[in-house]
Amino acid sequence: MKEFGQQALDTAMARGASYADVRVIDIRQRYLSTKNGQVAQARDSESMGLGIRVIADGAWGFAATDDLRRESVDQVAARAVEIARASAFAKKRDVRLAPESKVVDHWVAPCRIDPFTVPVSTCLELMLKVDAELRAVAGVTLAETSMDFRRLDQLFLSSPGSEIRQLKTQTGAGLVATSFAGNEIQRRSYPNSFGGQYQTRGYELVEELDLVAHARPAAEEAVALHRAEQCPKGVTDVILGGSQVGLQIHESIGHPIELDRVLGDEANFAGMSFLTLDKLNRLQYASEIVNVVADATLQHGPGLGTFAYDDEGVPAQSTPIIQHGRFVGYLTSRESAAAIGQPRSNGTMRAESWNRIPLIRMTNVSLLPGQGSLDDLIAATDDGIYMETNRSWSIDDRRYNFQFGTEIGWEIKRGKKTRMLKNPSYGGITTEFWNSCDAICGPEHWVLWGTPNCGKGQPMQTMGTGHGAAPARFRQVQVGVAYN
Amino acid sequence: MMLNRERAEDLFKKVVKYSTADETEALMTSTAYALTRFANNTIHQNMAEESLALSVRAVTDHRTARASTDRLDEESIRRVCESALELARLQPPDPDLLPVPGPQTYRSVDRFHVETAHLGPLDRARAIKNAIERAERDHLTAAGVFSSGMTVQALFNSRGLRAFHEETLSEFSITMLGGTSSGWAKKTSPSHLELDPEALADRAARKALSSHDPREVPPGHYTVILEPAAVLDLLGFMVIDFGGLAVHEKRSCFTGRVGEKVFGDNLNIRDDVFHPLQAGAPFDGEGVPRQRVTLVERGVVKNLVFSRSTAHKMKREPTGHGFPLPNEYGEAPVNIVVEGEKHSVEEMIRSTERGLLVTRLWYIREVDPYRKILTGMTRDGTFWIENGQVQYGVKNLRFNQSLIEMLSSVELMSASERTAGEESFEMVVPAMKVRDFNFSSLTKF
Repeated sequence: MKEFGQQALDTAMARGASYADVRVIDIRQRYLSTKNGQVAQARDSESMGLGIRVIADGAWGFAATDDLRRESVDQVAARAVEIARASAFAKKRDVRLAPESKVVDHWVAPCRIDPFTVPVSTCLELMLKVDAELRAVAGVTLAETSMDFRRLDQLFLSSPGSEIRQLKTQTGAGLVATSFAGNEIQRRSYPNSFGGQYQTRGYELVEELDLVAHARPAAEEAVALHRAEQCPKGVTDVILGGSQVGLQIHESIGHPIELDRVLGDEANFAGMSFLTLDKLNRLQYASEIVNVVADATLQHGPGLGTFAYDDEGVPAQSTPIIQHGRFVGYLTSRESAAAIGQPRSNGTMRAESWNRIPLIRMTNVSLLPGQGSLDDLIAATDDGIYMETNRSWSIDDRRYNFQFGTEIGWEIKRGKKTRMLKNPSYGGITTEFWNSCDAICGPEHWVLWGTPNCGKGQPMQTMGTGHGAAPARFRQVQVGVAYN
Repeated sequence: MMLNRERAEDLFKKVVKYSTADETEALMTSTAYALTRFANNTIHQNMAEESLALSVRAVTDHRTARASTDRLDEESIRRVCESALELARLQPPDPDLLPVPGPQTYRSVDRFHVETAHLGPLDRARAIKNAIERAERDHLTAAGVFSSGMTVQALFNSRGLRAFHEETLSEFSITMLGGTSSGWAKKTSPSHLELDPEALADRAARKALSSHDPREVPPGHYTVILEPAAVLDLLGFMVIDFGGLAVHEKRSCFTGRVGEKVFGDNLNIRDDVFHPLQAGAPFDGEGVPRQRVTLVERGVVKNLVFSRSTAHKMKREPTGHGFPLPNEYGEAPVNIVVEGEKHSVEEMIRSTERGLLVTRLWYIREVDPYRKILTGMTRDGTFWIENGQVQYGVKNLRFNQSLIEMLSSVELMSASERTAGEESFEMVVPAMKVRDFNFSSLTKF
């Protein structure tokens, strides 16, 4: 790896680049899924390539290849410089980067059971057992399970002399029961929708999820939803389950705090942000009990946003985002930090693979836990709805107006969970919603959820992000908004 | 080095040499792609990539699996062949698994333009500079992309199937930002000469200028004129429902509705890879030739599309719409053509007493899979129409609308055009004037 990387760096600098960094990445993935008693997918893939980012004539250029022969590496480095010079044709000012120290390090993310050493037959046996549990419930029309393993071995080299090797293993797994009856499709997932739970860990995550034990209850709920009452339309208190709070954080806090959005870099596709620079340290984003951090360090947990260094070679950090409800921090890069006069990047530049430019991405953007159990919170709620597991999500391109649907809900009356509700949905305006948060459950309910499919950038990049969350209550929320 | 027929044959010979599976399929894909991105009236990101990947599918004793690599030395090819076979062997047998198809004949499509394949970063930068100058003339801020490139795809199998396709691609999209408003325009084409970046920049600028200081319109049911990009992004949420497997597994909104009148009389949809405004290969993920399929005729769901496997299960003929195997989804039409009419958007506006004109939609998600209720936001140019004229820009609105009901309420359509959005792949669709479109809430800009 180092040989290719160093060669690319040397070529770029010899061609006139004033700065260059190279990522050589070797990715291995395995994806397994089952559907109605059959293996639906069994797929292994590997990809190794090199991406070089340069500044020449004061502008950025990037080129990438998976052809790692000597002549090809030289060509790709030269192409990056040529592209940078073309960028300079339409530049307004030279690129400036916040300073960063040179680093030489080697980091391996903890992984107790390497998922690639677990026999595929063991995985499939477990998945088909879960599948059988799902299909044992009458009314289930589609049973699905999946496991997803990824190992990323990355070398970062930069012209100032950084040399950082990082090895990360990520695991995801989950199940879905779907039931079609009458004029309705209902679905229950465990432990979360859209692939289940994902973390920067090994197969131990799959073992801890205990998919077999959770299959039948999920299937029974999917079928029972057909008989449930429709979620009413109106204004009421809402308690969200932890994974739904995680997605609420992702969409209505994680994206708006990306400084590249704020500065307009994503205006054509992912959009901008209502968090204009005048709001830093001034806006009461949320109620006093809300504290949010962007934390990529291992101490925060094995999230999909956990690493030792970002893709600019900046060390992982824990950055306060919301303190006692007050907005206090953006996610930054070396360039955007310099643009707003901050002394240093807080280390959030991440690229999907060797062939993509690093962008500001969420790390682990987490809501810190409050206190008390979910049972206590329900008992302390006179009238409301408990909603669990995301089914749909949407937010405007400046991150004000959102709407979410969940797979299931339960009415709360006089402190008790009562009848099941189908097709729950809620919506609102970001700051109004977070300012209505008056209870967050305690550390025993706090889970570092993984969102494996966050899209951003052109060309589109998919990134995994982490969101620590516990169930939380929000007062007087508009519910039932998705249905006429 | 890009893939060509000779290189594909050479790679496949190596695959055959190392594969000990009963049957073997190799999917070889090669990409040379570049994208120049601009924002704040300057180029801020600018990239190029080249790649060549080999994906091997092994079939053995009613089992199949896939392994892929972009390392093309002999040892890596041997390893990827072994991985695919080993993954297959570890599975329980699937009695419905079919052998790989034999040789096929394809109707040729010419979607390769040399000048687009060779477009350089300075060519893109010049066009972008012109667009930025257009923005600056009206004190606007431009953001967008100009991309170009080529893809080559070869699908060979051990029964003699040889499918090969190469095409170029290009895209120009632009958002113009004013102090209180924005406008957007986008076009894609196999030939960058079709893009006309200056015209797109001008269109986006005019939208931004004419929607300044947007006013609030209360949520409610309105007549709406959806420009083609908005129609496309909504329709994209229905394509998977036309798959035979989706109906077979009861996850499609057409479950129990095939052969029934689901939409308005004026709705006709077909899948047609050979349409002159379409792009893509004339074969599917298994190498089966793509066929034209009438999906909706006068509002009736006439046909679904079928992969070989689904066709076998449902006792139908394959239509050439399968995804590469193995996969969970089966098939989908990916070359949608909606039959338009001859009404211009201007004519639709003139015929509207009170309503809204929508440029594009954003963050569309499915709320209810069977009623096909979708939610999302308007974006980058939403206007109030009254007395047959656009009056002013309005703040963006959230909708919750059944797509089925919407397509039963189409009053007028424009001629269909090749259209690009951000939530779905390109289609050939018209603008639509629709009655009773449900906007449920308002945002702050």
